[in-house]
Amino acid sequence: MEPTQTVARRSPGRWLILLGILLSALTLSGIAASPAMAEEVSPAPAAEQTEEPTAPAEEEEFENFFTGNVTFEDEPLEGVRITVEGNGFEAETETDAEGKWRIGVPERATYEVTLDEDTLPEGVAVTEGGATVEAEFGLTGIKAVNFFIGEGERQTTGLFAQVLIRLVNGLNFGLLLALAAIGLSLIFGTTGLSNFAHAEMVTFGALMVLTFGVDLALPIWIAIAIAIVLSALLGWVLDAGLWKPLRRRGVGLIPLMIVSIGLSLALRYTYQFIYGGGTQQLPGATAPSDIQLGPISLSWIDIASMTTSIVVLVAVAYFLLRTRIGKATRAVADNASLAAASGIDVDRVIRIVWVSGAALAGLAGVLWAYFRPGVSWDMGFQILLLIFAAVVLGGLGTAFGALVGSLIVGLFIEMSTLWIPSDMKYVGALVVLIVVLLFRPQGILGRRERIG
Amino acid sequence: MIDWITIFSNAAQELISPTTAAYALAALGLAIHFGYTGLLNFGQAGFMALGAYGYAISTLSFGFPVWAAVLVAIGASVIFALILGIPTLRLRADYLAIVTIAAAEILRLIFTTNTFDAITGSATGLQGYKTGLAALNPIPPGTYGFGPFTYNAFDWWIRIVGWTLVVLFALLTWLIMRSPWGRVIKGIREDEDAVRALGKNVYSYKMQSLILGGVYGTFAGMIFIMPRAVVPANYQTSLTFFIYAILLLGGAATIFGPIVGSMIFWVLLSFFSGFVARAVEVGWFPFMTQVQAGQLRFILVGIAIMLIVIFRPQGIFGNKKELAFVK
Amino acid sequence: MSSNVTPTAKPVKSTGLHVGEAEPGVRKVDPILTADGVKRTFGGLTAVDVDHVEIPRGAITALIGPNGAGKTTFFNLLTGFDKPDEGKWEFDGRSLAHVPAYRVARMGLIRTFQLTKALGLLTVMDNMKLGAKGQTGESLFRSILPFVWRKQEDEIEAKAEELLVRFKLDAKKEDYAASLSGGQRKLLEMARALMSDPTLVMLDEPMAGVNPALTQSLLDHILDLKSQGMTVLFVEHDMHMVRHIADWVIVMAEGRIVAEGDPHTVMEDPAVIDAYLGAHHDTDLGATDTENVEVLKELIDDEQ
Repeated sequence: MEPTQTVARRSPGRWLILLGILLSALTLSGIAASPAMAEEVSPAPAAEQTEEPTAPAEEEEFENFFTGNVTFEDEPLEGVRITVEGNGFEAETETDAEGKWRIGVPERATYEVTLDEDTLPEGVAVTEGGATVEAEFGLTGIKAVNFFIGEGERQTTGLFAQVLIRLVNGLNFGLLLALAAIGLSLIFGTTGLSNFAHAEMVTFGALMVLTFGVDLALPIWIAIAIAIVLSALLGWVLDAGLWKPLRRRGVGLIPLMIVSIGLSLALRYTYQFIYGGGTQQLPGATAPSDIQLGPISLSWIDIASMTTSIVVLVAVAYFLLRTRIGKATRAVADNASLAAASGIDVDRVIRIVWVSGAALAGLAGVLWAYFRPGVSWDMGFQILLLIFAAVVLGGLGTAFGALVGSLIVGLFIEMSTLWIPSDMKYVGALVVLIVVLLFRPQGILGRRERIG
Repeated sequence: MIDWITIFSNAAQELISPTTAAYALAALGLAIHFGYTGLLNFGQAGFMALGAYGYAISTLSFGFPVWAAVLVAIGASVIFALILGIPTLRLRADYLAIVTIAAAEILRLIFTTNTFDAITGSATGLQGYKTGLAALNPIPPGTYGFGPFTYNAFDWWIRIVGWTLVVLFALLTWLIMRSPWGRVIKGIREDEDAVRALGKNVYSYKMQSLILGGVYGTFAGMIFIMPRAVVPANYQTSLTFFIYAILLLGGAATIFGPIVGSMIFWVLLSFFSGFVARAVEVGWFPFMTQVQAGQLRFILVGIAIMLIVIFRPQGIFGNKKELAFVK
Repeated sequence: MSSNVTPTAKPVKSTGLHVGEAEPGVRKVDPILTADGVKRTFGGLTAVDVDHVEIPRGAITALIGPNGAGKTTFFNLLTGFDKPDEGKWEFDGRSLAHVPAYRVARMGLIRTFQLTKALGLLTVMDNMKLGAKGQTGESLFRSILPFVWRKQEDEIEAKAEELLVRFKLDAKKEDYAASLSGGQRKLLEMARALMSDPTLVMLDEPMAGVNPALTQSLLDHILDLKSQGMTVLFVEHDMHMVRHIADWVIVMAEGRIVAEGDPHTVMEDPAVIDAYLGAHHDTDLGATDTENVEVLKELIDDEQ
């Protein structure tokens, strides 16, 4: 595996920081200017923290730190941007006046640490080992990462290329979100349930591929097929064993939603119980990005992932628009009692929605495991809010709204990293969700009359 | 051999721990939102985070005295409630759920990011803000108490402050819920259109309820950080879910429910964790590691939430006739 | 009060309400509520399109029409529960455009709903007290101080008690409203509306789902409202009831007003008979209100 290449594929750091600096030079807006402020004040508390052990707190996650010291000819370099990325986690910081930096990470695993060469002074570059290194924790929770800095010229990427790269990444992410969002939206449409356990259905798909493709070492295609079938089965089991009996009892929608929260919590920690808290890679997840399309380099995994998403989404559209049962599904989503009155078997439709929604979620989980990359017990939960955001943006209960909403969320998140720090990229998407609700509560494709 | 005495005394300590008080207060705020008004607030963790960071940042970055820090925290959560409420309180109930959960996550991400490390301490969080409250402590230094309830002066002080706040807020809740204001609020839970048709400004009442319950959460957040540091990872969505579990356990539209629910929740959780951890230690559960034993309690909380909602939706203290759910 | 009205007694009808020929949109001698060019569309479907209508003061007016005629939507528009695409409408000379529902109610225009909205987990008494206007204790800050609102609360309770006796619900006052029968809930809703001393009471299908034994009592209460000087506007399907108590009848079909007049003449109007017969094919699937018809039409479109 060649770390530099993997990073070239999806390292936001460099492009983002270049633009961030451009922006902060041009404007004095709060977010863009804040790194400069952090720079002035940070040394003191940072020093304090390293000396004192952190207070014992329950559920504290960030006990592990990468640290380093950036110097050039024994002079500390200040304001150099360092990014840590891996296992679905991203964070960045800048070196302080002594050239020191420190980033906390949730897991004691392998991360890619990138030094943004654009933030180095003129005529200075990373000379050996590359600007991106792969770092792994040893026995302690602190790992030092150092870069070799010397005189040299650095590579730059144009703004247009950066935008293109973000666009493709955003599209890829949006498409996989759409797979999960459509299932969530259809379940909401047909049963009224806001299913918080959808995240765990996403995780399930990835965990099954891990089990069959890695632990049992089956060929990856077979493992993925098994995972999707098992996901569909999980959907059937959940509907038949839990949701259908609850519907029969006439349990209200809000209690159902809270049951789904309980289920989500129980399933998520059951996954952690069985699979542990770490991150594991699926076969091929670190495939090199050696397919060059103009300025964009992609791996075959990226291309396969996008192709799969598009093919499946087209199939779902065909199912909903052209098949009898698909039309019945939309009719039930529109008005269940009326659909029942016109002879549609509502229970059967709901069962089909659960089975197909779970299969789609499982597939989304597999693709998410390749996109992050990595499989972990809470990977679905990490994107649950984004899936909800996509569904609400598009209009609750409409399948095509979910697709449009997902693409918007995916593109927005990736594009926004051009301007905002990458560890805050989800913030932008969630803010957009709230703003859209303010002006168009029915969502982009929803109808106004749906809102009670 | 299992040390039962330690397990029991650890569990008993939870009965009056500041954490239990904080969860009780947060759940009481949620009772106003969810139990009495029918608002699906899934961002109580956000209100607690604002209490914690509002207090800690005003103390550390601006050197504010205790009263001013408390006011800053309250102000922050009032603004937060307004931001949440304005777009969503006119919409269907589940929109509020999604927006509040998203807003609480936004707050947590902002408190976690390295961008604002100088103020928020990013992932490491903040500490060293307790001197102000400690200075107000009238108890002379020393160790007091009996049996498992033996603490130093500061530990007693934060327990007294925490539980006094719980009692005061419970009293306040009792007063307002038996007043005409409470009647309007409960009417909104049942059917807001009917209340609107009777000439009540439903939107304004929902906003008042959201702010009030949020302020309870803010105080809970401030109590919560007294026995520990401010760490952003504590304010995850699961915190809100735990508070829901407590609320549902005690009874959503009750005043004692959230308080007793919190006590039962923490005593049982402590007992259970203690027992499983010791049992794993002595090899009773050979298939389980210590780490797994820690995760088991989350699984149990999840299952408990499901079972309560399905089989005893009114909670322990709820009136059987009054199934405290919005339709 | 109402005990002297026996089932066979003929209520006193108000006459001479209108000016000129009785036709759709006819002017009234003393209108309390007027609507001009009020239009509401759902998607492509026009639910309400009323050119001009006036509701006479101090009388009982019935709004009738086949299913899907837009009666409930019109009600919602008049009371601020829905917003029309265009048009203006006034209550007692004050414009109601852009006035939120709760303010409309405070102006003295109180409505009830087709599906009763008794607040199930509040007691009957609390339901009643909620109806009273201008309560000091409904402010969050004053609610903490019981002595500020205690006296007013007692007055409200006395008034509620009186109304409950009149509506024969006094024995149930401590019960949850959820435990009442459908008819009792209708009565409670009407009694609750009276707590605010309204000038115009709008009843949406007051007889729907009411046990026949309670029908007469409900009718008497409606007549009572008139005798106390209130104006009543109600939506109803039961023609017998309309003929029995209404002073004036307005007929809607497909969102428009197709006829107006006193009950007997209107019932013989060919336009009315057409409207009822012509609408039947729309109701095959048991749709009962405008929204369902709308969804149904969309579904049919979908199938094509």
